[in-house]
Amino acid sequence: MNVRVCVPTQLRDLIAGASVVEVSVGGASDRVTTVATVLDALAARHPALERRIREEQGQTRPHVNVFVGSDNVRDRDGPATPVYASEELSIVPAVSGG
Amino acid sequence: MFRGHSRQGDGSGGGLERATGSSPGVEATVQLGDVRETQRDEFGMWRDRARFELSGPTFAGEEVYATCIDTRSATPRLFTGSSSNHWGPVLRRSDDLGVTWTEDEQAALRFPDGADASLARIWQLAPGPNDEPDVMYAGVEPAALFRSDDGGRSFSLVSGLWDHPHRTQWQPGGGGLCLHTVLVHPQESDRLLIAISAAGVYRSDDAGSSWRASNHGIVVGFVPDGEVLEFGQCVHKVARDAADPERLYLQHHGGIYRSDDGGEAWTAITGIAGMDFGFPVVAHPSQPSTAYLLPLESDEYRCTPDGQCIVWRTTDAGETWEPLTTGLPQRDAHLTVLRDGFTTDGQDPAGLYFGTRTGEVYASTDDGDSWRLLAEHLPPVMSLRAAPIAV
Repeated sequence: MNVRVCVPTQLRDLIAGASVVEVSVGGASDRVTTVATVLDALAARHPALERRIREEQGQTRPHVNVFVGSDNVRDRDGPATPVYASEELSIVPAVSGG
Repeated sequence: MFRGHSRQGDGSGGGLERATGSSPGVEATVQLGDVRETQRDEFGMWRDRARFELSGPTFAGEEVYATCIDTRSATPRLFTGSSSNHWGPVLRRSDDLGVTWTEDEQAALRFPDGADASLARIWQLAPGPNDEPDVMYAGVEPAALFRSDDGGRSFSLVSGLWDHPHRTQWQPGGGGLCLHTVLVHPQESDRLLIAISAAGVYRSDDAGSSWRASNHGIVVGFVPDGEVLEFGQCVHKVARDAADPERLYLQHHGGIYRSDDGGEAWTAITGIAGMDFGFPVVAHPSQPSTAYLLPLESDEYRCTPDGQCIVWRTTDAGETWEPLTTGLPQRDAHLTVLRDGFTTDGQDPAGLYFGTRTGEVYASTDDGDSWRLLAEHLPPVMSLRAAPIAV
């Protein structure tokens, strides 16, 4: 299955200016995967982009939020949060400021 | 970054001169935090280092704690270690004096699987021995040393230090648990000295395979039994004497020290009355027994004392110190200069440059006798480097 990952403005230089990158995970007929699997696929294809999102040990950086649809995965099952074929992942910088 | 030029010989002093001819010239690069400064003159008059031009910001919004100008190869190479609050640390390099920058697709600097650590910040990027131009060192947070053997394209964790039994007991300083100083012995390249806040000095005589704490004589005022502590010193910076490679100068969290035996033992220098706190220490690049300090008031008030910005110079290895004030603000100047915010360009007379947390950059091109303001209203200056470059 293919999953669309929406990339914030600050990181688009890493993917030639695109706002969305599509990654392929699992088999073509799969209907569900996880956030971690999507990010692993992103790491293989766009490692410089993925390491802006996750540290070496695999944790999502503290001031980065990952959304599945409109849900922050921190409020769900974190990296184990399911991603269905119809859903998009969004990378969103936390406000982290005044 | 700054770009700057020497004054031409017509005495007009007007305008910025660009090197436009085909003959080789010399460019001095001053690279700092978010900006870089260069100086160029192809007419052999670069030593006056008269004019500078600011460019940038580069990597706007990122903190640049580490900069490096590597002039050991025919093509000078710049490095930056920066970090974004959101997106983490990045190592970049440039082979065209900062016109374009490269970040390796596979991160050049990262902890290996199994290290159970993630790179938080790059604190130091240091060229290796002069006769091994592909060797680079990087000091990072959490405190670790990395070595590159391919000119900074990839780095490997120096496991001899990472596996040191002291490591689990190291405590972070105010800036984090950072390895901020890497000194390679100029004649015996297997001899390395590193410093960590707040673990102290460690030395290796076998190119990093094994390490030992080397803090004898450095008194720690912030813990009981601080006079006999093997490690745990909050060393802020160490510099090596130009003429005697066994002579080192050290700015501690509380105290200034000198070693005459390569760091085996340290002796307190007490020549600047009442001033024992500060971050940087810089050795003159060619004159023996000559070093510079920029003390701050205290641990509690980390600004230049009494509103006076004073660089102190010793020419007798710390026995006596001379205040240098010409051109520096002497009232209402509450400035902070951090450990890598003070540097030299390696020339004689020495160019000395320091940047402040409030965005000023001062320069001296006469060994510190006089100073001038190169720039102000910049972001906090965390790292500053300068070097002459043939162009």
